[in-house]
Amino acid sequence: MTDSVTMEFTGYRRQDGRIGVRNHVAVIPVSVTASAVAKQLAAEGAAWVRSTPHQMPLHPPEAARDRIRTVLEGIGKNPNVAAALFVALGNETIDAQRLADDVAKTGRHVETLSIRDIGGTRDALERGRQKIERLGKSANRARREAADASELVVAMECGGSDATSGFAANPAVGNACDRIVEAGGTGVISETPEFIGAEHILAERCVDDDVRERLLDYVERREQMAALMDVDFRGAQPSPGNQRGGLTTLEEKSLGAIAKGGTTPLRDVVPYGHQLPVGGGFAVMDSPGYDVESVSGKVAGGAQIVVFTTGRGSTTGNPIAPVIKVTGNSNTYERMHENMDIDASRVLRGESVETVGEALFERIGATADGELTAAERHRMEEFAINDIPSNEIKQLGEPT
Amino acid sequence: MKGETYDGAAIVLTDDDTVATALDDLRTGRTFTIDDRIVELVEDVEFGHKFALEAIDSGERVTKYGEVIGEATQPIEPGEWVHTHNLRSLRAQPDAEGES
Repeated sequence: MTDSVTMEFTGYRRQDGRIGVRNHVAVIPVSVTASAVAKQLAAEGAAWVRSTPHQMPLHPPEAARDRIRTVLEGIGKNPNVAAALFVALGNETIDAQRLADDVAKTGRHVETLSIRDIGGTRDALERGRQKIERLGKSANRARREAADASELVVAMECGGSDATSGFAANPAVGNACDRIVEAGGTGVISETPEFIGAEHILAERCVDDDVRERLLDYVERREQMAALMDVDFRGAQPSPGNQRGGLTTLEEKSLGAIAKGGTTPLRDVVPYGHQLPVGGGFAVMDSPGYDVESVSGKVAGGAQIVVFTTGRGSTTGNPIAPVIKVTGNSNTYERMHENMDIDASRVLRGESVETVGEALFERIGATADGELTAAERHRMEEFAINDIPSNEIKQLGEPT
Repeated sequence: MKGETYDGAAIVLTDDDTVATALDDLRTGRTFTIDDRIVELVEDVEFGHKFALEAIDSGERVTKYGEVIGEATQPIEPGEWVHTHNLRSLRAQPDAEGES
């Protein structure tokens, strides 16, 4: 490891002690029926007003409800959020006022808006604008102060992978993850289905039996969920396309994916959307492979920055956390330059993974300090919550 | 993971690895000096595919990312292409029909 394992930046200190790298007012719908209003309010507002529209119903089954509530509360509490507005139609099973109260306990200014109580969409938009103006004034009181990498939770993700992801982009991200951990911060990977075939290697990295058991339980459940949909990971991976690209075995493919998590001990495993440890080393969050839901879960868990590898060229971002795009494919970097932040294809021109990892670590620091990422410049703000389908609860029981 | 590259044409992800990955479409006879070993390709190896850095016995484990990615199903020479014809998973068996 080189000597560049310190990182200093300025961030927004919240009353709960965390450091935000952005200063957003979050407009958070409680259900799908409030999503259009939330989205419109953010679209009309200033750049720091961000909405998290989603598809969750008014009355989800209990297990799904707990998960949705955890994610919505987590978004409100994300360090990048200075103040929040929860928008409801008015009859959701998840109570907007209680959600707001729970988020307000962190010292944030939080408001609620009920579309039915106010008398419809037009009045809700009008009242929403007024509330956002007040929330903005609260947010404007935040000032940047000195912070370091030990206060960061950095989420690693991949989407639109190709052969270069496994040998260039993901190992470079893993190298940066090791640096974050060495600097005292937290690095987290998710996408549990991608562990299948390499779960024994992640298990060996676990700090104790408890963490190991939870990790293996999540992997087993994801494999059972896949089986419910007649998908057999072990039989079908690597796919014929992967094989043509040079991947021979399932463990090789999975190792390429978990390479994003670097090489340090695995200290904690948390359920989807739950709070991630701060100053906690390397951690795993259980999540689906679908990248937008996976990123949203980690941001709900408190990640301030996301690092996202893509060989074929994904453009997705997140409304709350800056997303740094890394590609190992030089063609993608050239063709989609405006959507990419880090060129890991330098590895194909003779640079080491370590060199690219160092450049990425520095970019994470600059992003924390306020430099906009490609996804932020283009206002790419995808958001989605991972639902728990009823048939899954019926057949596999409630998730832990 | 250090991930050293050689002539910008092959990458070895860790010092423990027994295979390298081609960063270009490589031709028979291409040689690489990797640490103090000289590895000469005995067949063509396409971009993204692997070749052996040392002699690997049948049944011996093959290492990439510093971890076992499977076992050799036949003896493999240094510089030989390593893929489904001579390496198999220890964690899963792809469908016999090769369906996706």
